Amino acid sequence: MNFEHTEERTMLSDGLRRLLGDVTDLKALARGDYGWSTDAWEKLAEMGVIGALFSEEDGGFGGAGFDLMVTFEEMGRAGAPEPLLEVVLAGGLIAALGADSQKEAIEAIIAGTTQVAFAHGEPGSRYDLARVSTQAEKTDDGWKLSGRKSVVTNGAEADLLVVSARTSGEVGDTDGISLFLVPKGTDGLDLRDYPLAGGGRGAEIEMTDVTLPADALLGEEGKAFEAIETANARATCALCAEALGLMETAKKLTMDYLGQRNQFGQPIGRFQALQFRMADMIVEVEQARSAVINLAGHLDDDRKDREIHVSATKQLVGQTVKMVVEESIQMHGGIGMTMEYDLGHFARRATMTEHRLGDALYHLGRFSRLRGAA
Amino acid sequence: MDLSYSDDHEAFRTELRTFLDERLPKTLADKVRLGKRLIKEDHEQWHAILQEKNWHAGHWPKEHGGAGWDAVQRHIFEEETTKAHAPRIVPFGVAMLGPVLMAFGNDEQKAYWMPRILSGEDWWCQGYSEPGAGSDLASLKCEAKREGDHYIVNGQKTWTTLAQYADHIFCLVRTSKEGKRQEGISFLLIDMNDPGVEVKPIVLIDGEAEVNEVWFTDVKVPVENLVGEENKGWTIAKYLLTHERTNIAGVGFASEALSNLRRIAGLEMQDGKPLIEDALFAAEIAKLEIALMAMATTNLRVVSAAAEGQAPGVESSMLKIKGTQIRQEINNLTRAACGPYAMPFVSEALEPGSNIDTVGPDYAMPSTAEYFNNRKLSIYGGSNEVQRQIIAKTMLEV
Ligand SMILES: Cc1cc2nc3c(=O)[nH]c(=O)nc-3n(C[C@H](O)[C@H](O)[C@H](O)COP(=O)(O)OP(=O)(O)OC[C@H]3O[C@@H](n4cnc5c(N)ncnc54)[C@H](O)[C@@H]3O)c2cc1C
Ligand SMILES: Cc1cc2nc3c(=O)[nH]c(=O)nc-3n(C[C@H](O)[C@H](O)[C@H](O)COP(=O)(O)OP(=O)(O)OC[C@H]3O[C@@H](n4cnc5c(N)ncnc54)[C@H](O)[C@@H]3O)c2cc1C
Repeated sequence: MNFEHTEERTMLSDGLRRLLGDVTDLKALARGDYGWSTDAWEKLAEMGVIGALFSEEDGGFGGAGFDLMVTFEEMGRAGAPEPLLEVVLAGGLIAALGADSQKEAIEAIIAGTTQVAFAHGEPGSRYDLARVSTQAEKTDDGWKLSGRKSVVTNGAEADLLVVSARTSGEVGDTDGISLFLVPKGTDGLDLRDYPLAGGGRGAEIEMTDVTLPADALLGEEGKAFEAIETANARATCALCAEALGLMETAKKLTMDYLGQRNQFGQPIGRFQALQFRMADMIVEVEQARSAVINLAGHLDDDRKDREIHVSATKQLVGQTVKMVVEESIQMHGGIGMTMEYDLGHFARRATMTEHRLGDALYHLGRFSRLRGAA
Repeated sequence: MDLSYSDDHEAFRTELRTFLDERLPKTLADKVRLGKRLIKEDHEQWHAILQEKNWHAGHWPKEHGGAGWDAVQRHIFEEETTKAHAPRIVPFGVAMLGPVLMAFGNDEQKAYWMPRILSGEDWWCQGYSEPGAGSDLASLKCEAKREGDHYIVNGQKTWTTLAQYADHIFCLVRTSKEGKRQEGISFLLIDMNDPGVEVKPIVLIDGEAEVNEVWFTDVKVPVENLVGEENKGWTIAKYLLTHERTNIAGVGFASEALSNLRRIAGLEMQDGKPLIEDALFAAEIAKLEIALMAMATTNLRVVSAAAEGQAPGVESSMLKIKGTQIRQEINNLTRAACGPYAMPFVSEALEPGSNIDTVGPDYAMPSTAEYFNNRKLSIYGGSNEVQRQIIAKTMLEV
């Protein structure tokens, strides 16, 4: 077994680390007034980072689990809030299901000129992918959508939304969910845009009789669930890799601080009480790294195996995030609680990864159910 | 062992409930319940209402203008007021400086300052910590040099809670650099309106500026404001810290937070059912409830020992560790219960008087803020590591 990344991926990771180090404004992020930076976005596109999220047949030059891992770990390490995960979700769905004409959008996504978002979650759906109640009705010349989508990351900035809606079945059924391409500014879309606790922005989207042409339907009517679950698996891998990067930085800041901060005439890192906890943190972060590697390597497995890895990884990473965030703040003392100090941003952003795509407790239950049925 | 309250204590509880029912303004209780930020006027309003009944400093002896509550009454007060969503009593004057003045102040100091604490005329804050002196408090540098009838104070304090509202600060200052570090520290009362005092806010990770840096440049403080003897401030500091740690278990806060968690878990849906019906989630709540039941009794054991005059020593360290762990875990689970709606963060919507809507259910955004804000519980008032040291040092014979 070879656990080293390929040369291309190592180059991607090094390049990305330099780029993000230059363009990420941690001070602004800490103050919470930096949604994301268009400058950073353009540079990410230029460097080919967005293309690395798509396979060659979709016009990119990567798209494998380890490409996601490398890219998102660096995003996390820098604390960057740019909406790349939305590309994995919405872009991934367009790539998976789109007709040729619809897939044309991918070129512009890779070039960085089209922003996307996946409007799927609803109030009350929590982390259940099948809990869609937004309705899509067939009309003579297309579709009409009504319903409400919640905490749509990048929703307001997106030029193109991928929106899920039910064309048949009951809330909770996997059958009957369809996807639609909805351009920005379509009549009947009411958006409320707001900042998120970990950086970036979200939106509440209210849809009242949103009228769409027939070719807005993405993929087959009522059959989108499988693709949604697959995109979600890839996004979970990306998000966990991001959390890993965020934890790496929190860990590094804490290690540095233990060496610098003097109390009782010595660096606090000399106190065994803190040394042991730092050591535990280091052990757990390596476990999290292994979990992310596991998921990245199993993204192309059949559904059941893949989903077992999705839940295993999200559970373990979520649990580790909590430990790393809480221990890092604690070992910093008061400084760790301030907006001005970088740790605060990493702590918030890492914690918020728990609120996307299912938290540790949710995935613990899901893992046992998936295993139990094996 | 008698686990029940005496009749007198039950009568006190009933009186208190009626009082809260009648006198706690609904606007205030709503703010507290919804996790909105309180401003100075909110606290002042509540302090004044309490003071009409002599309850602002109920635990002070009657001779000093208090209601002479015993430790059990004080505990009941804390339990009932948190349950009713009353604002907490800002502790710096009544719970910290008051006891110090009673024990160490001279007659003039007691006569002048204590009524002003009761009436709320002075708002105090606590100037202990400095950038280089946190856990190692004795390394503090802020200097007070005697010149005639005054001390000239120069230096910096930090993490000063609610200093933006305070007109007075009680400080530990260095009056001597000779000998042991602990022996050159004095306890000084400083008027924050004096020239040379500057306050700069520090914003914490929940977006609120509740702590501050306080700077002193050639501030002239009359020698009458020295409490106790010069260079004997360390004894006062230690005395005050044990007072700071009363009610450290926060049983009332924890119970309140737990019922809030239960409420939220009953409203949030997962897989089409209330989250609280999820076996794993319910088990996490149950574990916390079991821990809290035991802690409530641990707390009462300490409280009743204190009511009989035994000074809590190592027990307050135990209560601090366990109490903060339980509260922080409740906060963690509450944030988790809110699901994706824990992510939106419109900080201004939590500000007093804001008419900006929160996003999602009204409990979601405050739960994220509270989770991060309450990381402080295990850091301030002597970090949990410091408490463990105290327990180990006291109990281990090495
Ligand atoms: C089942 C078993 C099989 C073994 N087999 C072998 C064998 O085949 N050959 C062999 O040579 N030995 C063997 N050992 C011995 C083993 O290596 C020792 O038990 C081990 O090194 C610990 O030493 P100790 O038992 O004297 O405990 P101590 O060294 O006395 O330690 C007591 C406790 O103090 C802790 N401690 C000690 N120093 C520190 C420190 N500086 N900081 C923090 N904590 C500290 C320890 O972690 C431990 O928790 C075996 C032991 C067991 C239990
Ligand atoms: C929200 C908030 C409000 C506060 N309000 C006030 C206030 O009103 N007035 C005031 O005077 N102060 C206040 N404080 C300050 C508080 O008391 C200090 O933050 C606390 O004493 C810790 O000091 P520090 O932050 O410098 O951390 P440090 O002392 O630098 O500690 C850093 C880490 O090292 C650990 N550590 C330190 N020494 C040891 C040791 N010997 N062994 C093992 N571990 C150790 C600590 O536990 C911590 O985890 C407040 C702090 C906060 C966060």
